[in-house]
Amino acid sequence: MIRRVVVFVDERTGTAPFLKKALRYVFPDHWSFLLGEVALYAFVVLVATGIYLTFFFVPSTETVTYHGSYAPLQGVEMTKAYESVVHLSLEVKAGLLIRQTHHWAANVFIAAIVLHLLRIFFTGAYRKPRDLTYYVGLVMLFTALLEGYLGYSLVDDLLSGMGLAIGYSVALSIPFFGANLANLIWNGVYPGAEDFWSRMYIAHVLLLPVLIGLLIGIHLFLVASRHHTQFPGPKKTERKVVGTPTYPGQTPKSLGLLFGTTSLLFFLGGLVQINPVWLWGPYETYLSTNGAQPDWYLGWLIGGLRLMPNWEPSAFGYTFVPNPFWGGAAFPLVVFAVLLLWPTAERRITGDRGFHNLLDRPRDAPWRTAFGAGFFTWVFLVFVAGSADRIDVFFGLSYVDQIHAYWVVIWVLPLVVFAVALRVCRTLQRKELIEADQRRAQMEARAANRS
Amino acid sequence: MSRLRDWLVAAAVLLLGRGRPKRRETRLVAAGPENPGSELVAVALFLAAALCAAAFPVLYALDRLPRQTQLLGVAIGLAFAFLAAAMIVLAKRVVPDEELDENYSLPSVPKQEELVGIVEESTDRITRKRLLGLAAGAAGAAVGVALVTPAVSLGPVFDTSGFYETPWRRGRRLVDEQGRPLLADDIEEATFYTAFPEGADKESIAAPLVVVRLDPATIALPAGRESWAPDGIVAYSKICTHAGCAVSLYRSPLFEPVEPAPALVCPCHYSTFNPATGGTVEFGPAGRPLPQLPLVVAAGGELQSGGNFSQAPGPSWWGVRMRRPT
Amino acid sequence: MTRRALLLGLLLFMLAVPGAGAQPPQGIVRPANEAALSLQELGSQLFAGNCSTCHGSRGEGIESARPSQGAGNITGLGPSLVGVGARAADFYLRTGYMPLGDAGEQPRRSRVLFAGRELDALVQYVASLGEGPPVPSPRPERGDVARGLELFTRHCAGCHQVVAEGGFVTPAVAPPLDDATATQVAEAVRIGPYVMPTFSEKQISDHDLNAIIAYVEASKSPDDEGGWGIGHLGPVPEGMVTWLVAAVALVALCGIIGTRSRS
Repeated sequence: MIRRVVVFVDERTGTAPFLKKALRYVFPDHWSFLLGEVALYAFVVLVATGIYLTFFFVPSTETVTYHGSYAPLQGVEMTKAYESVVHLSLEVKAGLLIRQTHHWAANVFIAAIVLHLLRIFFTGAYRKPRDLTYYVGLVMLFTALLEGYLGYSLVDDLLSGMGLAIGYSVALSIPFFGANLANLIWNGVYPGAEDFWSRMYIAHVLLLPVLIGLLIGIHLFLVASRHHTQFPGPKKTERKVVGTPTYPGQTPKSLGLLFGTTSLLFFLGGLVQINPVWLWGPYETYLSTNGAQPDWYLGWLIGGLRLMPNWEPSAFGYTFVPNPFWGGAAFPLVVFAVLLLWPTAERRITGDRGFHNLLDRPRDAPWRTAFGAGFFTWVFLVFVAGSADRIDVFFGLSYVDQIHAYWVVIWVLPLVVFAVALRVCRTLQRKELIEADQRRAQMEARAANRS
Repeated sequence: MSRLRDWLVAAAVLLLGRGRPKRRETRLVAAGPENPGSELVAVALFLAAALCAAAFPVLYALDRLPRQTQLLGVAIGLAFAFLAAAMIVLAKRVVPDEELDENYSLPSVPKQEELVGIVEESTDRITRKRLLGLAAGAAGAAVGVALVTPAVSLGPVFDTSGFYETPWRRGRRLVDEQGRPLLADDIEEATFYTAFPEGADKESIAAPLVVVRLDPATIALPAGRESWAPDGIVAYSKICTHAGCAVSLYRSPLFEPVEPAPALVCPCHYSTFNPATGGTVEFGPAGRPLPQLPLVVAAGGELQSGGNFSQAPGPSWWGVRMRRPT
Repeated sequence: MTRRALLLGLLLFMLAVPGAGAQPPQGIVRPANEAALSLQELGSQLFAGNCSTCHGSRGEGIESARPSQGAGNITGLGPSLVGVGARAADFYLRTGYMPLGDAGEQPRRSRVLFAGRELDALVQYVASLGEGPPVPSPRPERGDVARGLELFTRHCAGCHQVVAEGGFVTPAVAPPLDDATATQVAEAVRIGPYVMPTFSEKQISDHDLNAIIAYVEASKSPDDEGGWGIGHLGPVPEGMVTWLVAAVALVALCGIIGTRSRS
């Protein structure tokens, strides 16, 4: 039976040589190499559940009056977009399950990318010849952030509506041409014309998913064509990669990861409520609520926006840099620029322009690890600062005092973490050298005793 | 009866019988020890997955099932979990353990040279390479610009006049959300009101106002706005000048000696505006005070606009301070 | 070990801080022979011992700090209570907002230190100081929840959050409302305690107030069709679940499937 299938396929596609190579392709299988795959499978779930959602979502800002089953919204005016999501959530069987699975998958997708990025960074996997793969990955991360933002903004609930206004103000804040750009995207002054919703919708369901899909294809092709990196070990060298073949070894593992990720996402989708938009109510430009936050992967931006002192330099009628620019645009720009330029910078600084197929353990590259730890601390502190108001509500720690404290801490703590990480790496390295020396001394002593 | 016996025997053979792996002369895949126990575990896991998955359409078919979302989620979640477990058992115990090695591929310098050669030799006979290149480049750039040009119609990209336009005019009545006119006498101290221009689109960011009444003795508006606060009633744009959220918080002290003075606060980034001094920023990241709308009390006691905002409303942009709103 | 203990201690200290400042450190002062006193007498004595330091001996209020210390070692400032009526006294005492240890601090919901009869006595006493509004009797069962959500969003959600989980308004905290009774909501709306606005009948009619209270009651157990509500705050707890549940589980899954040793 198998023979018949193989013959059929090869006669018509000529792929037997390729498939043989592909099936026996070697994968190093350290657990940390699976994080990128988790992101991939989260994307698969996103696309599958997303297609279902497009069969129910109405991307229209036309107003309707709600007459559905949820009492607190009875008789309330809302857009068709919002109404279609409330209807799907509360009146379509499994509608809420699939919608929540989709939203959890988005959160997990980006979390997996971040974990994967951290692994790539701290093991030096971005070095030649994989720097192109790394750049493609960063573009995917940026696209995913935008894709997620558009996705939850389409619903037009009170929380995401406020978030869209903030996004608008960040676009506006770009010096010189921000207003022109915003006019272009929104088709006029906020809240824009009706077709803005069509643009968000088509970007979210077609343009960006196709882009991400293409980038995934390029990314995987590059990973496969260069082979995966590996940690140094017996038999594992810069020339030889050791691992499990695609088939039969890796296949059940990957399938297990796919099914496991899918299982977790469905569990969350069914058991843990996410974005209960019927509780927030519909958005109007003149309404707002306390405690509104973007999804976690944009939390670093709200931290940046909240932390900025109220600088807005202007002269002769020109407002040179509207305030939201710093926290909403400059900050992420700096972070992505540092990430993008890092491989080049490291090559320049260390003078190491060689190919690397072997990974560094973090301790083996103390300066890289220390910089990464410090830089990550900086971003993380800004992220945490974004929730300082909830900390005040829960723990009574004054919000104003927290902001003032953060003004100092976000610059000081990364330096401390840098120094500590450098120290830890060096200490660990020295410990290993000492242990190696001891082992050598013992072996020599034993040899001397024998003779 | 014998039919049933046949089925039972078949099931038993399926479960308990072992197949013998075929042996080739030279193996392509490494051999491994047999592990019938793990095979049975995998079978059990597959069957468990099947059961949970089968429960899904059953639960789906029930109407008005309480906690249906949770039950459906657990059913399908468990199904995939059992599938994952089956896969892991197969991976670790049933599938042969192989450790293979391959060479990392090196860049092929000969092939790179050939590619370079192909390109160079194919352009051998061209005498004006640079001119041709420039001309083709110009054509390509121009075509690119032409193809992108229709994007300009996505919005009024060159026309920023819309940012200065507001629906407020001298004499425009302030109305509440239901369209009822606001009367000055209805405006009490220590609370806040949301108002709109009569007949205008409420969703426009230049429309909504927050109106409060202050003790006239505390008011200290900027020069030129002395008449803007009749009876101590002041009106400001409700749209925060920082990032466009609605300023829907009003801090109103019950006991002045120990509590902070009245303020309008935005819930997004906590920009805090002082309504007594013209909406100046006392805390938070907003770079501009809240635009103030002059008020007049009409003959019948209705609140009307006395003109336009002190500055263009909404979040800041390059030209926001350039012109007065119209 | 000691570092962890220090961190734990710091966390506990932070948690304890809000409670610490709210109430008078010495507790309340009671007359010796309470049972023998009439309600009027009891009210007057309790007021003298616990309230007059900030509110004045006749509840006339103290607008500027006095040079000498008063009873209970508290140098008080406090608004006049003349004419605030039973409504205010009932609200502040039954929520534990009063007595307040430090006049400059925000009153927060605390353990009520007075006993039932003492509360009745104090409320009656404060009401007797001047003509004022009685304790309200709201009828949330008559209120329409949809109208309540609309009104709550417009007037309250900016500070209290749309599902009444509380919020920040520079520099105070608008508390979550899950402990607030219908009467307390009705009282707070009309009083406007601390920096809360004061909404009169002209702005929010009693009919609308019933709707708002109906919504507040409903918001104590929102429709969590999607499962565990995780605080009804939106993205912050959702992000925590993403990292503390999902990311941990997925990394563990990777650990099970992949190899652990690097060589």
